Amino acid sequence: MRYLADVATLARKDLRLELRARDTLPAMLLFVVSTLVVFRFALPEGADELAAQGLLWVALVFTALLGLARAWAPERESGALEGLVLAPTDRSAIWLGKSAAVFVFLAAVELVALPAFAVFFAPVDLSTVVGVLLANLGICAIGTLLAAMAAVSRTRELILPLLFLPLAIPLVVGGVGASISEEPEQFLAFLGLYDAVFAILCWASFEYVVSE
Amino acid sequence: MLAALTAMLVGSSLVLVFLVAPEDADQGLSQKIFYFHVPIALTAYACFGLGAYKALLLLWRKDERYDLESYVAIHQGTIFGVLTLATGSIWAKASWGHWWLWSENQLVLFLVLFLFYTAYFMLRFSLEEGPRRANISAVYALFGIVLVPVSFLAIRLAENVIHPTVFTREGPQMTGTMFFTFCVAWVAISSLAYTLYRVELLGKRVDSNLRELREALTS
Repeated sequence: MRYLADVATLARKDLRLELRARDTLPAMLLFVVSTLVVFRFALPEGADELAAQGLLWVALVFTALLGLARAWAPERESGALEGLVLAPTDRSAIWLGKSAAVFVFLAAVELVALPAFAVFFAPVDLSTVVGVLLANLGICAIGTLLAAMAAVSRTRELILPLLFLPLAIPLVVGGVGASISEEPEQFLAFLGLYDAVFAILCWASFEYVVSE
Repeated sequence: MLAALTAMLVGSSLVLVFLVAPEDADQGLSQKIFYFHVPIALTAYACFGLGAYKALLLLWRKDERYDLESYVAIHQGTIFGVLTLATGSIWAKASWGHWWLWSENQLVLFLVLFLFYTAYFMLRFSLEEGPRRANISAVYALFGIVLVPVSFLAIRLAENVIHPTVFTREGPQMTGTMFFTFCVAWVAISSLAYTLYRVELLGKRVDSNLRELREALTS
């Protein structure tokens, strides 16, 4: 219980920071809408809806990357990560708290992105929404950990997409499948499996990323 | 000793592949690349597995030497992974007339792994040397070995939606001689990888010892 309270405190800290500074979320919102508009012109005239469904996932993954690159910025800029690591809590709680905050950001972005997509391109069905939520879990779990790795490296934001995209390919496969397949169940199950496997792995290994 | 044995194995597998093994009825000479492509691919998997195993040992026992061992294994794995892509691509061109086929699941998997492990090197070289770099590299290496089955599953799933038509490769009827040749080639490539692993490890260790010595002398 203590653990969950710590996680909630850490996540709340990030959300409050964002509410006061308002630098990441508006940027993500503007980015996803701009991306959708770019796709309108990238798709040739007469392209079918399936192509647009695929591009929706490209937009979501890149928007997530934009947010993830900033995920550890407050800690890094004020040197707070060392303090957090020394705090009397399990270190995986730091990861879980950050992932929860990133999940809220992503969900907020998608609350705008999915209706915008429906207006611009094609209707969004239930399996797409479920797929997006499941993919969010995976993106947050793995993205937060990779962003923590990138935050201590010299190249910082530059390296995050390189680390993240190969790992995100299965998420895109699952998500696009859930959007366009006649039988989305197997793709949703795959997304769930991905989330479970990588969440456990990240949860167990985060300690090694932040400690020396 | 190891190098001599490897040279012998590689030599005898070359003889077996080109002189002893019968030519494939369907594919002719181009089928010979099978004896290199498949063992190289299996060896690359083995190297990635070894790298992840050493990474796990590093996190478990906190012994610094596993860091270098894990790195060298992954380096070898990446080299053999690139060779897999190259040989697979040549084989695809010879058999089907295309350099790249998205329906070849194994090749696509190797492309994903190639991207993943190239990022491993970028990550490693943008971190300060020390225990933190060792830990982070190890965690990333562990991700890699989990990514193999997950990606494979994903690629299989993607094929159903994105490519409804599946290229089925007619399994070549392997005769006894062919199978024996394949096994010898496999052992040869594996021992080649192991020799390279040992050589690189030795070189890297000498390098770091030398650097320590130099620092001790100049300070």
